[in-house]
Amino acid sequence: MTDRSPPVFLQRELYRARRLADAARLLPILGACLFALPLLWRGEGGEVSTSRAMLYLFAVWALLILAAALLSRRLGDIRERHGDGAEPD
Amino acid sequence: MPSLNLLVAVCLGYVAFLFLVAAAAERAAWRGRVGWLRGPWVYTLSLSIYCTAWTFYGAVGYAARSGLEYLTIYLGPTLIMLGWWWGLRKLVRIGRAQRITSVADLISSRYGKSTVLAVAVTLLAVVGTTPYIALQLQSVTLSFAAFAHPDPAGPPSADADATALWVAAGLALFTVIFGTRNLDVNERHHGVVMAIAVEAVVKLCALLAVGVFVVWGLGGGPSSMLDRIDASPELARWQIDGARWAGLTFLSAAAFLCLPRMFHVMVVENEDEGHLRTAAWAFPAYVLLMSLFVVPIAVVGLDLMPAGANPDLFVLTVPLASGQETLAMLSFLGGFSSATSMVIVAAIALSTMVSNHIVMPIWLRAAGGGATRSGDVRHVVLLARRVSIVGVVFLGYLYYRLSGGGTALAAIGLVAFAGLAQVLPAMVGGLFWRGATRAGALAGLLTGFAVWLYTSFLPSFGPGVVLSAGVMADGILGQGWLVPHALFGIGGMDPLIHSVLWSLTLNTAVFLAVSLLSFPQPLERLQGAQFVSALNAAGSPRGWRGGAAQTEDLMVMAQRILGAAEAQALFRREAGRQGLRGYLPEPTPEFLEVLERELAGSVGAATAHAMVGQIVGGLTVSVEELMAVADETAQMMEYSAKLESQRRELARTARQLREANEKLTRLSVQKDAFLSQISHELRTPMTSIRAFSEILRDAGGLEQRDQAKYASIIHDEALRLTRLLDDLLDLSVLENGQVSLNIREGGLADLLDHAVATALAGEAAGARLEVRRDRDAEDLRLVTDLDRLSQVFINLVANARKYCDADAPKLSIRVAERDGLLIVDFIDNGSGIPVDAQDVIFEKFARVGDQKAGGAGLGLAICREIMGRLGGTITYLPGQGGAAFRLGLPARAAMAAQ
Repeated sequence: MTDRSPPVFLQRELYRARRLADAARLLPILGACLFALPLLWRGEGGEVSTSRAMLYLFAVWALLILAAALLSRRLGDIRERHGDGAEPD
Repeated sequence: MPSLNLLVAVCLGYVAFLFLVAAAAERAAWRGRVGWLRGPWVYTLSLSIYCTAWTFYGAVGYAARSGLEYLTIYLGPTLIMLGWWWGLRKLVRIGRAQRITSVADLISSRYGKSTVLAVAVTLLAVVGTTPYIALQLQSVTLSFAAFAHPDPAGPPSADADATALWVAAGLALFTVIFGTRNLDVNERHHGVVMAIAVEAVVKLCALLAVGVFVVWGLGGGPSSMLDRIDASPELARWQIDGARWAGLTFLSAAAFLCLPRMFHVMVVENEDEGHLRTAAWAFPAYVLLMSLFVVPIAVVGLDLMPAGANPDLFVLTVPLASGQETLAMLSFLGGFSSATSMVIVAAIALSTMVSNHIVMPIWLRAAGGGATRSGDVRHVVLLARRVSIVGVVFLGYLYYRLSGGGTALAAIGLVAFAGLAQVLPAMVGGLFWRGATRAGALAGLLTGFAVWLYTSFLPSFGPGVVLSAGVMADGILGQGWLVPHALFGIGGMDPLIHSVLWSLTLNTAVFLAVSLLSFPQPLERLQGAQFVSALNAAGSPRGWRGGAAQTEDLMVMAQRILGAAEAQALFRREAGRQGLRGYLPEPTPEFLEVLERELAGSVGAATAHAMVGQIVGGLTVSVEELMAVADETAQMMEYSAKLESQRRELARTARQLREANEKLTRLSVQKDAFLSQISHELRTPMTSIRAFSEILRDAGGLEQRDQAKYASIIHDEALRLTRLLDDLLDLSVLENGQVSLNIREGGLADLLDHAVATALAGEAAGARLEVRRDRDAEDLRLVTDLDRLSQVFINLVANARKYCDADAPKLSIRVAERDGLLIVDFIDNGSGIPVDAQDVIFEKFARVGDQKAGGAGLGLAICREIMGRLGGTITYLPGQGGAAFRLGLPARAAMAAQ
């Protein structure tokens, strides 16, 4: 049974895969927090211009999309190399 | 200003183009060239039916009225897609594993395949979707009117109702044609999905084009556009109600999961779980682009258009007012696309629910519970779907007419979202909590539905329409704590948020409480375990105990629902998996499970379960299996599963050995019987030949007439002997492989003509056996040994003539080409061949029952040898309501007639 155990570097990669999945799980929570953040903006006499809010929201949105694209690509690569079994739940 | 006629022509041209796209996709899929047709990009684009006309036109209006709040409608789905690893992945995997056909089917299947729950969710979906369809019709009508009336503030066109009716009729037609073309076991519609993907591209391009024109054409570039936004009197300040911002984001996220049309494209039409990986970021990117230019268009529209112009139509009227007619036309097509794709998918999703969960159960009950009766029920299902589609679209039109198409309709989008979100607690609870029960789900659903009706849906018609102004102000029966917009005396909240808060809170509370207090049935617990642990693909516990089922009855039923060819392929595959030949597998729990899932793909889980249950006899779950589910120690389960599978393996081997032994014994008995039969057959003609030749020899002075008569008797008997010996010789030649084939080319129809004529030649005029044929399918050329093939045909037709015991005997000859085989079926309407005789009829000397017709039992053995020499097969086809034989010839022997 010793020859069936994966080499060390593979275990490290599987460990990475699990943490990637954790990151994928945390992403929507991060997104929800960032999207809710503008609700706290009350500074400077309660005046925040729409253009600033718009720039902030779209920037956050674009960053989240970028992060999701990178994460799903990495997760997909790992799945291709190790099959479905490597998928952490 | 483009004329209305031009607009109609462009619309019709666009619809014709969609027809072509859908038809081409269907044809490509039919030829098996699915490939990129169902790749991750098409999947992502098909998700864009989330963006309906309400978001295409309405987002700008929304932004003009409430600033950036419109973004919540897109942020919710974005968060759901970003969290695909948590929720959607599980949802899609369950949907594929359990052959889920709709959101109602999901809920029903999770909670023990309950019909009541399925009906409840279906009704909720119909009530929640109808106003939404009305909204789409309204938006198309308004955009038509915007072209017809140059004055944007003018009254709506008088023929708006006619426009809405034409649009509704056209959409119903398109949906019926491409949504119900076939009853696919996977419930996938390649044509529709492709058309929707094209529409997604059109609406995105249209909105981007208008946005680019507004920002760079009218606004003078991005930076001056931002200045202009901040200078706008209505939109300059970020003033957001926190409760609405959070509440609407949550609501749109919930609706994204629960809307029937979203569930349909996301789960039911999903081809590959891996597509989610692309959609997880590509769909948020799509909605980001859809919402990017909304605020600039709103700001420029408010500047440019006269006061009182409808901001919902700025996407259309701003280009029109700037003289950009082509752009306006493109924008119109974008809105048209959004509306049509939403109505088409919503109608398909709703009609699937209505036909599977309401029409089919009623029909099955009305038909007397006869799941084993013969006849195809697929036409009933398809008809139910078509009628439901027309009904759903018409209901939307009716709602549009009754509500007057006014501003009341514009607010209904979010109200509909809130109604459909009532499914959420039962859905999420079912996916993640084993303790959720059917009673809990039903109670929660009904509570949420009732609260939503009272606080949101009925008041949405305005005070005094359904709920009187008195009720709106003082509550029903004067009870102050029942005021629709201030339940329990908590007022001052935004009405929509108030309704969502109370309906979902009470829904969830009742769902949890009743689940905790009630006790689930065994099937619920099994399904619950399968759903909750769907991602740990461990061996799934079985829902059926085999034994009592009659496989032939199951086959009769499966053929009615899946279609003859699919059902036969399934049964043959499963029989092969069990190591058996032919079409009848053992009714093991595994097989019943597979069969039920296949059926569920066509008629829904609850109906499929009920139909299999009728035949199997309700033996569903054993105590041991329940313990296996409850037992958390995986090792124990694995070990006992291993033992169990070994036991099954042994039992199967023993059964096969027993079968082989029985067959050998029967063959030996038959051989003995044949020897005495053949002696008898040889002696009878011999006796009469000897007798009559003695008469001819000894009795002198016979008349010429008598002499001729006796001689002809001798001749006939000699012929009979020769025929018998010929058959024996023929068979031995074939078996020894000494036969040389005479390959020629000829027509199948001619061959069959000849065979039928020859086989029925002996019969009196007005032959008793009626032969039904399909001349079109027979129009094939063959390259094979025509004489030998003809011999087989003659034998089968003659058998039907001799042995078919029906009062009005009929023989159907069906020709089909499938999987590289030319298939010819001979099916009569007699009593067929008993199961215990089916495996020996092709053996030499085998004969069924009493031999009134007096053959030697060699015909089918010769047929089998001939077909083997020709590279084909002959098999007995059970479950066709009579004796049925199937010939398979390699396709290279056949070629379509030139």
